[in-house]
Amino acid sequence: MRLLNIKPDRAWTVALAALPFFALIVAYMVGSGIRLAENPNDKLLPSFTAMAEAVKHYALEADPRSGLYLMWNDTLSSLSLLLTALAISTFIALVVGILIGLLPIAGATFGPVVAVASMVPPLALLPILFIIMGLGDGAKISLIVIGTTLKLVRDMALRVKDIPAELLIKAQTLGASTWQIALRVVLPQMLPRLIDSVRLEIGPAWLFLIAAEAIAADSGLGYRIFLVRRYLAMDVIIPYVIWITVLAFLMDLALRLLQRKAFPWFAGARTA
Amino acid sequence: MTAIVFDKVWKEYGDHVVLERINLEIAPRSFVALVGPSGCGKTTFLRMLLGEEAATRGTILVDGKPLKVEPDADRGVVFQRYSVFPHLTVLQNVMIGREFETSRFLGKLFGAKRKQAEDEARTLLDAVGLNDHENKYPAALSGGMQQRLALAQALNRKPKILLLDEPFGALDPGIRADIHVLIRKIWNENDLTVVMVTHDLSEAFRLGTRVIAFERPRNRPEELERYGATLGSEAPGEIARPSGPQPGASITRDFEVWPKKIAAPVGGAASVPDTPSVAKAAE
Repeated sequence: MRLLNIKPDRAWTVALAALPFFALIVAYMVGSGIRLAENPNDKLLPSFTAMAEAVKHYALEADPRSGLYLMWNDTLSSLSLLLTALAISTFIALVVGILIGLLPIAGATFGPVVAVASMVPPLALLPILFIIMGLGDGAKISLIVIGTTLKLVRDMALRVKDIPAELLIKAQTLGASTWQIALRVVLPQMLPRLIDSVRLEIGPAWLFLIAAEAIAADSGLGYRIFLVRRYLAMDVIIPYVIWITVLAFLMDLALRLLQRKAFPWFAGARTA
Repeated sequence: MTAIVFDKVWKEYGDHVVLERINLEIAPRSFVALVGPSGCGKTTFLRMLLGEEAATRGTILVDGKPLKVEPDADRGVVFQRYSVFPHLTVLQNVMIGREFETSRFLGKLFGAKRKQAEDEARTLLDAVGLNDHENKYPAALSGGMQQRLALAQALNRKPKILLLDEPFGALDPGIRADIHVLIRKIWNENDLTVVMVTHDLSEAFRLGTRVIAFERPRNRPEELERYGATLGSEAPGEIARPSGPQPGASITRDFEVWPKKIAAPVGGAASVPDTPSVAKAAE
């Protein structure tokens, strides 16, 4: 049988998916074991027990100085920034993207400027944002918004243009105005597609958040990682990185579920 | 009185002549079938009638008034694909025309008005045989059912003119025969003038009261860029097979289907024979 025709069944699918994760963990354990056998105080590849100890310290015990549970406090701080920023950019992308995609006048006016502006590397703007907005949350949220909005806008505009012309003509023959077409034909068809686009922007959003937190913050997951870096505290950094990954993965999963539950028509329409 | 008049209409894209000197009068309640090879301009013709494209020269009149330059509720349309909204259920797809009409701002009805629009939509779904599927999304319907839905949707705003752009081209023969019965019933029961583009000659003769053929008669390479197609004035000998890049097209045949089919008076007895002998001969 040809290789491309061999399809794993359910049990095999699960097993195959688990395999790389398992291999990574084993590789880490072997490496860590070798280093710790040579030097029990090695900080580079801490054992799982040491990491569990650090997580316990950061997540389950209040910090003696501030009285805060640091890991939860960091998570809350980072997530509120991230979600606020993503909500803002999603809203802007929806409105501006539909305008650019649907109205030739808006496309001619804003299309080129968006295309040029989306080429500005957002991280290069970070110093400007800090200078203008200070070191507070405003600058961090702005960075994420700037970094994700323009791509989302372009993506939305392209997807609006992908709507078959027949559907827009059909709506007009049913007497719809431009506003009614935007509201009842374009918007509902864009929402599930917007979810797809936002899912792809979760990664960049975290990147910009951590970059901003590394430079100026007093809490947050990125702040903590860069703070304990000074002490080579890999037993804190590694669990934090895993935690950030889990959070990002859960956000992705939540959006996927939302798409499936809220837009039952979409799966069928996508394949049609 | 004439429902639709094309008065010396030309359609060009730059130097490229698509349609040339189209003169045509379409009587009210007729069922016109447009036939011709691919790329002969019959779809461009339909688009001009729809208001999606403007004529380069000449005028198109509907009921004596110049055609509006954008699509509106006077003219319903069914395309071969993408005729129904994928994000709305069958019932919502039919209702949405009424919602556009009565709710200018939200385009959505609530309460008693919604109930009324739903009942209206159900009557239409009943007429096209989709009453058992009102809560399905279009993706769950077969091709034939989607086209039935598109017809019900188009009829909801009671257009005077119904434009069909190869509406049944993608359907299986059996399903196509069923939907032919439906479209003839719709044409008989509503105050409609139908213009249909089709690839299928037997379909054109079976359904149409009048069949119009588009072709590009002058096709030599040096003429390609200069001459588009004209309507019905060429002798058969001049009609060459299209070859190479095709610049334009015209009407080369225009005849009434005999015996005459006449739409039943709206609301009156439907006793008018509407099966053409051509169709019988083909069966």
